Amino acid sequence: MRDNIYKPYLMRIEKITSEAPEVKTFQLKFINEDEGKNFSFKAGQFAEYSAMGEGECTFCIASSPTRMDFIECTFRRAGKVTTALIGLNEGDIIGFRGPYGNIFPIDDWKGKNLLFIAGGIALPPMRCVIWNCLDLRNNFKDVTIVYGARTVADLVYKHELKEWQERTDVKLIITVDPGGETPDWKGEIGFVPTVLDKIAPSSENTIAIVCGPPIMIKYTFPVLEKYKFKAEDIFTTLENRMKCGFGKCGRCNVGKYFVCKDGPVFTYAQLKSLPAEY
Amino acid sequence: MEIQKKLLKNDSLDKLFAQLKSAGKIIIAPVRKGDQTYFCRVESASEIDFDYIQTVKSAKEIVFPRIEKLFDYKIEQDSQKISETDLEKFSEIVLFGIHPCDIIAFRALKTVFTWDYTDNYFIARQNKLTIIGLSCAKHDEYCFCTTMGIDPGETAGSDILFTKLSTGDFLAEIVTEKGKTIVDIGTELFLPDPVVNKLDYITKVPLLFEVKELSKKLENMFESPVWDEMSLRCLGCGACAYVCPVCSCFDIQDEGKIYSGCRYRCWDSCGFGQFTLHTSGHNPREEQFQRWRQRIMHKFLYQPDRQQVMGCVGCGRCSRACPVDMNILEHLLSLTI
Ligand SMILES: Cc1cc2nc3c(=O)[nH]c(=O)nc-3n(C[C@H](O)[C@H](O)[C@H](O)COP(=O)(O)OP(=O)(O)OC[C@H]3O[C@@H](n4cnc5c(N)ncnc54)[C@H](O)[C@@H]3O)c2cc1C
Ligand code: SF4
Ligand code: FES
Repeated sequence: MRDNIYKPYLMRIEKITSEAPEVKTFQLKFINEDEGKNFSFKAGQFAEYSAMGEGECTFCIASSPTRMDFIECTFRRAGKVTTALIGLNEGDIIGFRGPYGNIFPIDDWKGKNLLFIAGGIALPPMRCVIWNCLDLRNNFKDVTIVYGARTVADLVYKHELKEWQERTDVKLIITVDPGGETPDWKGEIGFVPTVLDKIAPSSENTIAIVCGPPIMIKYTFPVLEKYKFKAEDIFTTLENRMKCGFGKCGRCNVGKYFVCKDGPVFTYAQLKSLPAEY
Repeated sequence: MEIQKKLLKNDSLDKLFAQLKSAGKIIIAPVRKGDQTYFCRVESASEIDFDYIQTVKSAKEIVFPRIEKLFDYKIEQDSQKISETDLEKFSEIVLFGIHPCDIIAFRALKTVFTWDYTDNYFIARQNKLTIIGLSCAKHDEYCFCTTMGIDPGETAGSDILFTKLSTGDFLAEIVTEKGKTIVDIGTELFLPDPVVNKLDYITKVPLLFEVKELSKKLENMFESPVWDEMSLRCLGCGACAYVCPVCSCFDIQDEGKIYSGCRYRCWDSCGFGQFTLHTSGHNPREEQFQRWRQRIMHKFLYQPDRQQVMGCVGCGRCSRACPVDMNILEHLLSLTI
């Protein structure tokens, strides 16, 4: 642990990718190489990113721990800090502290089928665990990814979607909301829960990982239950407003659990036992 | 270490203060201003209010200032610098005349600031702090320390605990090694044990309910309609959190430009509507009753459960400070019946 828990690492933006309107991916490199060498994290964890002078905000680490050359984050312009970040250029410097939070228990998923369900800008938290699992592909059985966005333009990681599409060991289903399609759109049309229902996923020996806006999550859980997924086998992440990331500033709790410390990864079984404070 | 008892004459206090000051220590003690008492820096014993029931604000600022600078930064393309406060530079403080409830509150703060991640600003300030407590001879209708498991003559947490005797002199109970170093500074002032019955000098605060029962009850009260009723008049002003010796919620903010400035942490409150507001406009605790519930749940259920400390010491400050007379004790009592 660092001496000053509030002190960020300084990172240089090596590469910026425009993913979708108002959505960018930053590829970050530690300015101090030793700090980079000593840094490690696991899939599911998040960090605090800062545009100095504007403040900090919370994004998951979107790159995989199996690929430590860079740290990547993908974010949408929302308010003050994200507006400052989105205006930065390659070569600029930002603050970064973390990793914080719990992890996806991928070691427990060995020998199982994985069903990833993501909506909108929620692919980033999922991308980390997807690449992590694909880099350890032999540990798992079937890998299915269902990903939906409002419109074709809103799909993020377009080049990676293509890569997953071409892989024979991944089944990728992409959908856009009705009206969000382009004339040459070949994917599905419909909301994520509807499309999920259509593909009728088997819950046999399968873990489901769901990330997306609250409304999508709300309608996705019942579909999974319909196909007899056990609540303990459904994983998701919560996003509560955060400041510290380490259980002190007091704002991210859901009942007695701190999303920053006990989360952000929760099972549906856990969520059922928690008050709806998220 | 075993507690040692000594006598300190009333007129020795100024001598002790002089010695502490020449040892480089700053003395902070309760000082009366109009009809209110505040913890202030003092130079002599005559400035001190020995008869106060409770100060308006707690003493938490000493270890958890309203604004704590975390670092300065200077960022240029080819040179970047983050410079931190030199923790050694914090002043040595003797906090004199603080009551036992407030002293126990420092423990609750410490639990938060060391929960897995250690906040070295807090720790450095605490290391530089010596506590000379003063047991309570009086209480008022807002006090409920005993219900929170704290005795008004409690020595725990003090380095030295003073109890004022009828002669005006003090029984000094030396509790810790740090307390002993104070005695060592003014050895000749500390006379042999006066052998008194300490209890005669300490107020009796009635026990009002069983706090463990309260925690147990709260387990099933999240959806209860009581929160709405209780908080109807709450303004969400945050005064209660501001004066509370245990409340430790904070915000982190930057001041400056992208190339130079500083980052600091500052007090915040779960009573504020924006505390949990997401950028999207969604707010998990949108209504005041949800925030009042959070305040009570956090102090009396979550904190004891997760950190094995009570989030309240029964000092009564929040009830005295509330502009619309929200009385925490009344609420707690109504929850226990
Ligand atoms: C665990 C976690 C992972 C996240 N991962 C991503 C991600 O990968 N990509 C992405 O685009 N967004 C992500 N978010 C949401 C992101 O943190 C907010 O959109 C962002 O903080 C908004 O900051 P701002 O300064 O631009 O907005 P402002 O409204 O100006 O922010 C003010 C303050 O509120 C906080 N805040 C506001 N909304 C949220 C929110 N929904 N969640 C948490 N804090 C909030 C900010 O941190 C900031 O301190 C994540 C949130 C959490 C909790
Ligand atoms: S001081 Fe009173 S009005 Fe203000 S937030 Fe606290 S309870 Fe509500
Ligand atoms: S983010 Fe500060 S307590 Fe969770």
